[in-house]
Amino acid sequence: MTTLLARFRLDYGDFKLDVDLKLPGTGITVLFGHSGSGKTTLLRCIAGLQHAPQGLLEINGQRWQDSEHGLFLPTYKRPLGYVFQEANLFPHLTVRGNLHYGLKRIKQNSGTVKLEQAVELLGIGHLLERLPGNLSGGERQRVAIARALALNPDILLMDEPLASLDFKRKQEILPFLSRLHQQLDIPVLYVTHSQQEVAQLADTLVIMEDGRALASGPLAETQSRLDVPLAQEREAATVWQVSVTEHETDYHLTRVEFAGGSLSLPAVDTTVGTALRVQIYARDVSIALEAPTATSILNVLPATVTGIADGRDSQSIIRLQVGDQALLAHITRKSALLLGLQIGMAVYVQIKGTSLLN
Amino acid sequence: MLNASDLGALYLTFKVASIATLLLLLLGTPLAWWLARTRSHWKGVINAVVALPLVLPPTVLGFYLLVLMGPAGVVGKFTSSLGFGTLPFTFTGLIVASVLYSLPFVVQPLQAAFTSIGEQPLEAAATLRAGPLDTFFSVVVPLAKPGFLTAGILGFTHTVGEFGVVLMVGGNIPDRTRVVSVQIYNHVEALEYTQAHWLAGILVLFSFSVLLVLYTVLKTQPVAHPLK
Repeated sequence: MTTLLARFRLDYGDFKLDVDLKLPGTGITVLFGHSGSGKTTLLRCIAGLQHAPQGLLEINGQRWQDSEHGLFLPTYKRPLGYVFQEANLFPHLTVRGNLHYGLKRIKQNSGTVKLEQAVELLGIGHLLERLPGNLSGGERQRVAIARALALNPDILLMDEPLASLDFKRKQEILPFLSRLHQQLDIPVLYVTHSQQEVAQLADTLVIMEDGRALASGPLAETQSRLDVPLAQEREAATVWQVSVTEHETDYHLTRVEFAGGSLSLPAVDTTVGTALRVQIYARDVSIALEAPTATSILNVLPATVTGIADGRDSQSIIRLQVGDQALLAHITRKSALLLGLQIGMAVYVQIKGTSLLN
Repeated sequence: MLNASDLGALYLTFKVASIATLLLLLLGTPLAWWLARTRSHWKGVINAVVALPLVLPPTVLGFYLLVLMGPAGVVGKFTSSLGFGTLPFTFTGLIVASVLYSLPFVVQPLQAAFTSIGEQPLEAAATLRAGPLDTFFSVVVPLAKPGFLTAGILGFTHTVGEFGVVLMVGGNIPDRTRVVSVQIYNHVEALEYTQAHWLAGILVLFSFSVLLVLYTVLKTQPVAHPLK
């Protein structure tokens, strides 16, 4: 299995980057943070577009940078794919010309198969003879993604690929990215400041702030960390990856399972076995000490308290473990006190609502 | 009508302008590229030196070139030691002078074109496995095509129109350094106004046609040399 080792340090005076990350070699890793947090700089350092004076970068066991030994592979020698915030297509070449630009420059011949796949996956077959100037923002970005994928890269780097698009265009591209996610076997590093994109795409989450990585790890685990500001927010949530096990057609419900338990959702029109993402807002989770016998809430699950922290105003933030999944609950501080919640306690969580992400 | 020495002058003029333009594009491109990309403190100095021929009287430039390339000048001593003799009043000397005289007319449009391309297409090319030289020819040159056309046309026409520098460095030697502008001067001095009319008219027509193409077909902005 591939892993990515990235250690960078640079100092521009008013901006510093100081990270030491080990990231998985599969799935989508989202670098999340506000503007100025250093997430794009980190991505550019990984691509070699920016040269961090101190850096160690290893992908697939191959060193791309090792400043102690004076090694810095220029960008054009790194087997990567890069998608810029503005699609950054070559205006003088047609879509086809753009797609073939990189292909002509790689030695292996497997390229054309990958290109056809990418064109298919992103639905741009009808655009091939057009010039970038005649494409919509969403189309341009899809071409840019296909152009990067066509190279069959070892890693795909995406710098806020949706940030310059309006809401409608975003909704148009997100499904393509989700499909990418299911069909690609290369690791993706995805920079964004959008919580929605985190929820929809991330397998691994890295939270950046002031040029540092505050936290990194599997999505739900990192989302529910009490020491990062994310858990404090009103919109705090955890995302679970589940798969469909059965449809209860009489009740218009779908049953899904996750690592260590199962949930009922409003009916989802997909086949059994389909992978889904379910988002559970912390404010929709309540806690009981004993299994509630008479409740209208369907999703009652045994859980263990793994963390307690003060939230805003009257709130307490409770971190729980449900099966193998982490979960956040926002309850009042008074309730937490009355229940006598402590780390390690066995409790029951009632999940009032879930939202499906794909 | 035109006599043999008029035709010789015309031929010589276009030969000088063609060779000078070719050399200007070859030398001016890397220089403009460097000026467009560098953050060096020398950038301002080099920009100023390149722009000098725009503001200096051609006779000043010609005078210094004459001194430098003459038997006592640094360049003259160097060319003599290489066995080339000295350059003033030769065809080569004329080319050297023309290149220097028209340099800003080639470098500045190119520099503006390169600057306007920006960093982004270059970064995109790098992520698509194109090395620096490859990127230059496959991305920069096509994107800067209007800049190259403007530079070539301005360089050529400006060289055709030179007079002061030619007179200083080239002199007035038929078929070697006597270009059209000098020939017109000779005609006027000799009160041969008909001959002068013919040649002057040809130059006006030529220059106007070229500039018309530049500003209508190619839609270049009339600011040929934005002094940045």
